[in-house]
Amino acid sequence: MKVNVKVNGQNKVFNIEPGDYLLDTLRKENYLSVKKGCDNSSCGVCTVLFDGKPIKSCSLLTAKTEGHEVTTVEGIQKEADKLSDYFGAEGADQCGYCTPGMALSVHALKEENSNPSDEEIKEYLTGNLCRCTGYQSQHIAIRNYLEDK
Amino acid sequence: MKINGYQTVKSLEEAYNLLNENKQNAIVAGGAWMRLSSKVIETAIDLSGLELDQIVETKDAFEIGAMATLRQVEKQEGLKNLYNGVLSKALSKIMGVPIRNVATIGGSIIGKYSFSDVLTPLLVMNVELEFYKKGKISLEDFLVSKDRSKDVLVKVIIKKEEAKAYFHKMQKTGLDFAVVNVAISKKADTFKIAVGARPSLVKFALEAMAFVNDAKEVTEEVILETALIAGKELKFGTNSKASEEYRRNIAMAYIKRGLREVIK
Amino acid sequence: MKVVKHALPSVDGKGLMMGRPAYTDDLADPNSLIVKVLRSPHAYAKIVKIDTSKAEALEGVEIVLTYKDFDRRPHTRAGQGFPEPSPYDKFVLDQWVRYIGDETACVAAVDEETAQAALKLIEIEWDILEPILDFETALDNEILIHPEPEIFENFPIGFDPKRNLAAAYSMEVGNVEDSLKECDVVLEAQFFTQAQAHAAMEPHTVNARMDYQNRLVLYTSTQAPFHIRRIVSQSLDFPMSRIRVIKPRVGGGFGGKQHIHGELLVSTVTIKTGKPAKMVYTRKEVFESSFQRHPMRLDIKLGAMKDGTLKAINCHILSDTGAYGEHALTVFMVAGAKVLPLYNKVDSVKFYGDVVYTNHTSAGAYRGYGAIQGNFAIESAIDMLCEKLGVDPIEFREKNMMLKDETSPIFAIMGEGTEGTAMNMESCELGYCVSRGQELLKWKEKYPRVELADSKVRGVGMAIAMQGSGIPYIDMASATVKLNDDGFYNLLVGATDIGQGSDTVLAQIAAEALETTLDKIIVYSSDSDLTPFDTGAYASSTTYVSGNAVFKAAMDMKRAIVKEGALALGVKVEDIEYDGVVLKAGDKEITLKALSNRLYYSEDQKQLMITNSYFGTKSPPPFMAGFAEVEVDTETGEIKIVEYVSVVDCGTPINLALAKGQVEGGIVQGIGMAVYEEVLYTKTGKSINNNFLNYHIPTRKEINKLTTEFAESYEESGPFGAKSVGEIGIDTPPAAIANAVYNAVGVRIQTLPITPEKILAGILANKAKK
Repeated sequence: MKVNVKVNGQNKVFNIEPGDYLLDTLRKENYLSVKKGCDNSSCGVCTVLFDGKPIKSCSLLTAKTEGHEVTTVEGIQKEADKLSDYFGAEGADQCGYCTPGMALSVHALKEENSNPSDEEIKEYLTGNLCRCTGYQSQHIAIRNYLEDK
Repeated sequence: MKINGYQTVKSLEEAYNLLNENKQNAIVAGGAWMRLSSKVIETAIDLSGLELDQIVETKDAFEIGAMATLRQVEKQEGLKNLYNGVLSKALSKIMGVPIRNVATIGGSIIGKYSFSDVLTPLLVMNVELEFYKKGKISLEDFLVSKDRSKDVLVKVIIKKEEAKAYFHKMQKTGLDFAVVNVAISKKADTFKIAVGARPSLVKFALEAMAFVNDAKEVTEEVILETALIAGKELKFGTNSKASEEYRRNIAMAYIKRGLREVIK
Repeated sequence: MKVVKHALPSVDGKGLMMGRPAYTDDLADPNSLIVKVLRSPHAYAKIVKIDTSKAEALEGVEIVLTYKDFDRRPHTRAGQGFPEPSPYDKFVLDQWVRYIGDETACVAAVDEETAQAALKLIEIEWDILEPILDFETALDNEILIHPEPEIFENFPIGFDPKRNLAAAYSMEVGNVEDSLKECDVVLEAQFFTQAQAHAAMEPHTVNARMDYQNRLVLYTSTQAPFHIRRIVSQSLDFPMSRIRVIKPRVGGGFGGKQHIHGELLVSTVTIKTGKPAKMVYTRKEVFESSFQRHPMRLDIKLGAMKDGTLKAINCHILSDTGAYGEHALTVFMVAGAKVLPLYNKVDSVKFYGDVVYTNHTSAGAYRGYGAIQGNFAIESAIDMLCEKLGVDPIEFREKNMMLKDETSPIFAIMGEGTEGTAMNMESCELGYCVSRGQELLKWKEKYPRVELADSKVRGVGMAIAMQGSGIPYIDMASATVKLNDDGFYNLLVGATDIGQGSDTVLAQIAAEALETTLDKIIVYSSDSDLTPFDTGAYASSTTYVSGNAVFKAAMDMKRAIVKEGALALGVKVEDIEYDGVVLKAGDKEITLKALSNRLYYSEDQKQLMITNSYFGTKSPPPFMAGFAEVEVDTETGEIKIVEYVSVVDCGTPINLALAKGQVEGGIVQGIGMAVYEEVLYTKTGKSINNNFLNYHIPTRKEINKLTTEFAESYEESGPFGAKSVGEIGIDTPPAAIANAVYNAVGVRIQTLPITPEKILAGILANKAKK
């Protein structure tokens, strides 16, 4: 089946099987910033924005994106560039595998709640796992980014 | 999981007919957990076009479209004040935001998941489900119903009540399912106590409810006794997350805490 | 120092966050065959008959491999230096399967769906054998997990497959039995540590292609690219000169990616078909079919005098290596070698035990590598002993622990699989770590417990730890520094950045030595054709061992630049003053930029490119003290880690931010092992929690406050005074948290993980006693 979807502002037509998940479609279509980590909606490295809201692309059928907008980190380069400066300052990136998804979640959080508490930041990002950093450096980097420090 | 065909329907009638046309046809709600099942779906039915994702506040209820996401429900301002926001709180403990942006209230209810953190708080509220053909049925009846006939859940109706409520989910980490969850509500002098993830499907602690509802005054002794009765009457089980005994102990601990909180 | 000891951003973080393709699967040939493995449904079984004809007949299937396609050439997947201290007990594919998830057969097809369908068409007749699933019953069990005659050890490691023994070892200093008799107080305790999963975010991934020279090019997510090249060559009998291994960015390793994973099967597919092929493990495969931490049973006896002098340590360990013996001996030895020297003033110490085979997923290298298991047991037992003695556990440690300029006889006796190396602690700030940690946590106000309202109690506990810095007389690293026109450098290293930031740290060392800035050092790592040899990213070796190689090469380069500068200016080398930018001699001067342009375009033309190597002859340990404050709910046993304080002596932290990241990342993995994580099996040996929904690594909600500081310390033998920092962080949380829980509620947990359920059971048992 064919799906019409806007990816990073561009209209695309994807030829898919009804059971295809968005993660696999995007990687097949060369959106390689979207990573594969767990196949079952837990780790968050496949996070993309669906109509501006973070979702796990491994758990959304591509068929459901018909007429919707999908944003990968390729679509928020300016924001990711800036956020990465804050991550770099805290040594919060390490292996980097989770950071594109993290950037998207942080971007969405900023849009939704420009002044979140520490608890709200943690809550919003619980679905983005990281095995390298121990989280605290990321948390500081994200807070500084949101406060534009 | 395998999906052979996909149909975005234009009406509830079309959805209902398609659903009943083939045993292996199924509605795809959010689809968040579908990937974990090994089912074969002949035609996946997508309700996206039916505007079932609206939450409408009426004079005496909130009517939540079955396709509203958990995140939508969680963030709905009016619901945050109902039963002192117990539903929002419960939903906020489910996985992370990205899953709650996909998973729907309808999908979470219809699956009757034993680990559900949606059903437990809803059960202590006054909730009706509205199906396309079967019409309205209380959540309580739906949960115990053996009726397997396929129908389309249209909305979830939460009646406005002057009531207080409590919810607690015992989980190991922020992404964990409930080891046990407890919800308690108090409307005037009537208490409802529900315990889920025991690990089986959520249930009222009916004897404990009867005991506390009969008490003239809810003293600390009554609270302790209520928790004990609930611990005795409810069946708990052992799985890799926790033993029967541990589940019983923490359920009783949180029933006590919940009762203390709702009588404040 | 201008570059070293600063918190500079990593060289790759920005590009990775911005989503640039960089990981193994991002770089796969788009036409790759998809390689899938049929995994054993049985814990132990023999293939009686295997029929692949239906699978082969399926359209789109390129090749099906079974044990019949491979010579019986045993190897080890451990990914260690050669000859490995791990038994050669694994075949690429075998007629026997030894755990649920073991490789049975392999399919390569045009797409994932076809490959999956083909797996289902493979017909197998099994002879199902009774497995050994309880490691305490494995030794001398009548069931033999490795009866095959071809397997062997490279040198004596105690390997005795007829007893289900992968390795065994014993050593004694003094006479422990006699010492214990003389002690006023003897503490005996048994501890169990569980299997832990590495859970790197990037699953094991590999792809292969034949290049235009008909050479096999592997892109693989590995910690040891040079070992991978050697093992692929050895086990497939394919010339090493025709193999190129490229390690792209790696999404976390933690020891898990030191091992061979899909490389042998994917290489075989590509060699046999000539076509590009790739394999990406599913998360389930990562959990069930890669590696995990060795579960251990540790029996500890400590003897002390009433005045708080520790006299004797007796440590017996039974370790479970699972189906194959990767790192069997070495992980087990490190449980002693990197724990016992902490208490170097004892009269006698004995360390001995066995590493047994079972029919579970193989254990292997995992950050901490035995030290975390040993640390949990010893550091818990020390607190238990102190209670018996009635002395303060911190004062006891301060009295008995290793200090600067001291040594332990264990260093000379125990290495990793071999004899050790004697060394004195030329840098050791453990005393400072212990005192500073108390200040940071406000220990004296909080010890042992503070009762809060609502059945909550807070308790504090601590533990000390040490690790190593590479494996002396085994690990070798090398680095090449190349000067380019315009005066910037390439740094080529075999060292393996797996996300820990070694490219950044090594570039910092080079920049500091060359007196330049980080942007002038273009680092390229881990390509077996292009970069010089390095053993790999394991054993806490990269900053120290590879860093020393970089330092030496960079200093050589500086000397070469000065020499060329002298030539250009027509002066003597001794007369040159060089600050990394301008070479001056009296009133003559030339910039590095001008000099390099001269070298490449105008006069005395030549390439300046210098390689140097470092071969470690000691392994200076980093030290740390870890302090935990926990809050326990006495009605539910639930536990919250309120704060974790780490004070670390890693010598000079080359990059303050990255070093802190290593410590905190280690701490949280250690907290995971202490409290949340455990690989669980059914009674038939099937994994119960092979996904992130049921295997709980800490999320950010569990992490409340991490306080991390570094002691001022300088290790003479390290680059700019550095020691290692990759593993030390993981070691203390299990014991520190166990001690804190005990101090909070009087429940001593001796079997990890410290779950709410176990804590509540302890609280209830204590109540019943009263």
